[in-house]
Amino acid sequence: MVSTYCNRFYSSKPELAARRIEAIGYQVGHQLSERYTMERPRFSDHLEAIKFICKDFWSELFKKQIDNLKTNHRGTFVLQDNRFRWLTRMSVEPTSGNTDASQADSSTSAADNKALPATSMHLYFPCGIIRGALTNLGIPCAVSADMSNLPACSFVIRIKA
Amino acid sequence: MAPLAPRSGDAVFANIERVNAELFTLTYGAIVRQLLTDLEEVEEVNKQLDQMGYNIGIRLIDEFLAKSNVSRCVDFKETAEVIAKVGFKMFLGVTASVTNWDADGTTCSLVLEDNPLVDFVELPDTCQGLYYCNILSGVVRGALEMVSMKTEVTWVRDMLRGDDTYELRVKLLKQVPEEYPYKDDE
Repeated sequence: MVSTYCNRFYSSKPELAARRIEAIGYQVGHQLSERYTMERPRFSDHLEAIKFICKDFWSELFKKQIDNLKTNHRGTFVLQDNRFRWLTRMSVEPTSGNTDASQADSSTSAADNKALPATSMHLYFPCGIIRGALTNLGIPCAVSADMSNLPACSFVIRIKA
Repeated sequence: MAPLAPRSGDAVFANIERVNAELFTLTYGAIVRQLLTDLEEVEEVNKQLDQMGYNIGIRLIDEFLAKSNVSRCVDFKETAEVIAKVGFKMFLGVTASVTNWDADGTTCSLVLEDNPLVDFVELPDTCQGLYYCNILSGVVRGALEMVSMKTEVTWVRDMLRGDDTYELRVKLLKQVPEEYPYKDDE
């Protein structure tokens, strides 16, 4: 809901809107991670922090954990949520192809795929949240989302060296 | 007052899906901050928040009517009570009280003791003109417009500005008679 209103606001400039929404998410993630890590020891490595995001952080926000975590052990993690709460009410267009939707990385421009533009807009926000939380934990990264088979979606985290 | 209408939204509130309160509060805070940076003018932010609220309101009324089982309100007084006791409870988790009716029963105040939107919030000196919760007034206005009541909703007291409670002044401008969009063949 949140992001649709931003969309209306910036409807003529979708890229601008996306960046705004991501920035809002970033702030929220930043502040939330601050609150939820208050009483826990420092994370020893990246994996620990990511696991925290998958388990505690996610269940605080969405009452469920991330369903699947994959990594190539070189700084890329894929977090898969089989039933992402914010997408469960979205209608799915049967024609949806493989759309690598939201690119949180500032260096890559937003994907121009028009197949599911509205839905992809909704993913900028959680992407921002993840990025904000991880950055606050000392892990600068880029987060993008993939929603090839709704309502499952996966978030790809690339840690900047 | 119609006896059928539920007097409080507790039951509904207990049954609907809820979102993490901190996530909600911080998200709203972040939106406001982003608007402040983008628009720069506090007045403009107030206007945008109101507009966003309005857009939420015109859709939220559907959700409200679908889930709350309230029946048709006989007058504006009842409407105000329902908003305060059922509406606010359903969507914000708090209840408001209705006071300060004017003589002809078209203007009243909704007083919120507690407001989840403003947890963690302090207004810096630079945004003194900001009505932080302006989205709420927009929601109420939008929702009422969808049930044929043109209203004007303004904040008169705001805790963030040093008052003791939140007071939302709702003024009924006019009741729009229901019109059917189609022309009957008589």
